[in-house]
Amino acid sequence: MSKTLFDKLGGEKAVDAAVDIFYRKVLSDDRINKFFADVDMDKQAAKQKAFLTLAFGGPSNYSGKDMRAGHAQLVKMGLNDTHFDAVVENLGATLKELHVPDELIAEAAKIAESTRNDVLGR
Amino acid sequence: MPVITFQGAQYTCHGNETVTDCLERHGVSVSTSCRSGICQTCMMRAITGQPPHDAQKGLKPSLQDNNYFLPCVCTPTGDLTVALPGDEVLQRIPATVILKDHLNAGIIRLRLRPEQPFEFRAGQFINVCREADGEVRSYSIASLPQYHEAIEIHVRRLPNGRVSTWLHDHVLPGERLLIEGPHGECCYVPDNRQRGLLLIGTGCGLSPLYGVLRDALDHGHAGPILLFHGSSSHNGLYLVNELRHLAEAHANFRYIPCVSAEPARAGYAAGRAEQVALQSVKSLAGMRVYLCGHPDMVKDTKRKAFLAGASLREIHADPFIITHKIPPAGEQATAG
Repeated sequence: MSKTLFDKLGGEKAVDAAVDIFYRKVLSDDRINKFFADVDMDKQAAKQKAFLTLAFGGPSNYSGKDMRAGHAQLVKMGLNDTHFDAVVENLGATLKELHVPDELIAEAAKIAESTRNDVLGR
Repeated sequence: MPVITFQGAQYTCHGNETVTDCLERHGVSVSTSCRSGICQTCMMRAITGQPPHDAQKGLKPSLQDNNYFLPCVCTPTGDLTVALPGDEVLQRIPATVILKDHLNAGIIRLRLRPEQPFEFRAGQFINVCREADGEVRSYSIASLPQYHEAIEIHVRRLPNGRVSTWLHDHVLPGERLLIEGPHGECCYVPDNRQRGLLLIGTGCGLSPLYGVLRDALDHGHAGPILLFHGSSSHNGLYLVNELRHLAEAHANFRYIPCVSAEPARAGYAAGRAEQVALQSVKSLAGMRVYLCGHPDMVKDTKRKAFLAGASLREIHADPFIITHKIPPAGEQATAG
């Protein structure tokens, strides 16, 4: 059996390594950090971890409904495609920093991409 | 088969069932999301019984030490009494005031002797209850259980603070109070004695940090320990001599008292404690950070410490304490 993306990336350990790097990038990114200004950082980090697990192809039970409900307030604040693009870009940069090969980064980006319409409430 | 006690009711686990599955099979609704031990949405604490170590993977070390675990990946090996964070069984026990003195003009020190067995760790906090009207306030613990039987708390007099005024003006040694707890995870964890520790506190946010510091020194912590304690004025600082003596006795410990609203004297840094700290420590990568004080300072500094390289897992600030309403001009960890 061929290895899953999650295994190739290094599993949960890889997610743990990526969470801080990814969250730091997001908080430092003026295009999107306003959406994260007033949230509890520990809870937010847990959500980032869930998102990265999903993007890494790991075990996840997130449904489109959860994605919509979770982002509805942000959509009201103006969340749109450019912000989604910025998050995917930060995901790619995080994986690059962790020396993940480009083809695996593309796979992760593709999974993240599959949530776009749910996240943006379309 | 293991029995789970949750919110006063008992549920029997089947074979390889997780705590989450068991509760849901009995119709108990619990918050859960990934069901894989990853997102930590469902975190609980074992009040009695020991959760398997696998159910604690990924939690902060201090949470693990305090028996927090993830029920969605917990297949219990024995009976457990579990609670949601902040929803623990509140049992108040009597404690006698055995010492009361002033740390400075606005802050008193109380030592309380629990009249029943009471396990705690330096840096956690307790709730003190005034029996007459049920008013409750939280105070952090500055003492080490391994040396003092008594619980030491530092109480700042707040303007119109109902409980702090009562503790300052009316409570005398010999009096009995009701306490509940302990709570919180702002504790020293002896997992890596070489690690750098950064302690930042304002006002009587020093109280838990003093506990964490002495606990670390007591464990023979070998890595650098930096304590930045701030107040608007020199008079607002306290335990200055004790901390200077500790710094003289331990080459790895540096104490930097900070004064933000008057010219700093020799031996004091000028500025707010968190600013002085983040200016003098450039990279926080690998350090464990403890933040105690006014909620706005804690929240802002948590973000800055994270961006300066501290791992979020290694930043400790008490979430319970910062839920209290505190006047914005004040500078302290616990409400009055």
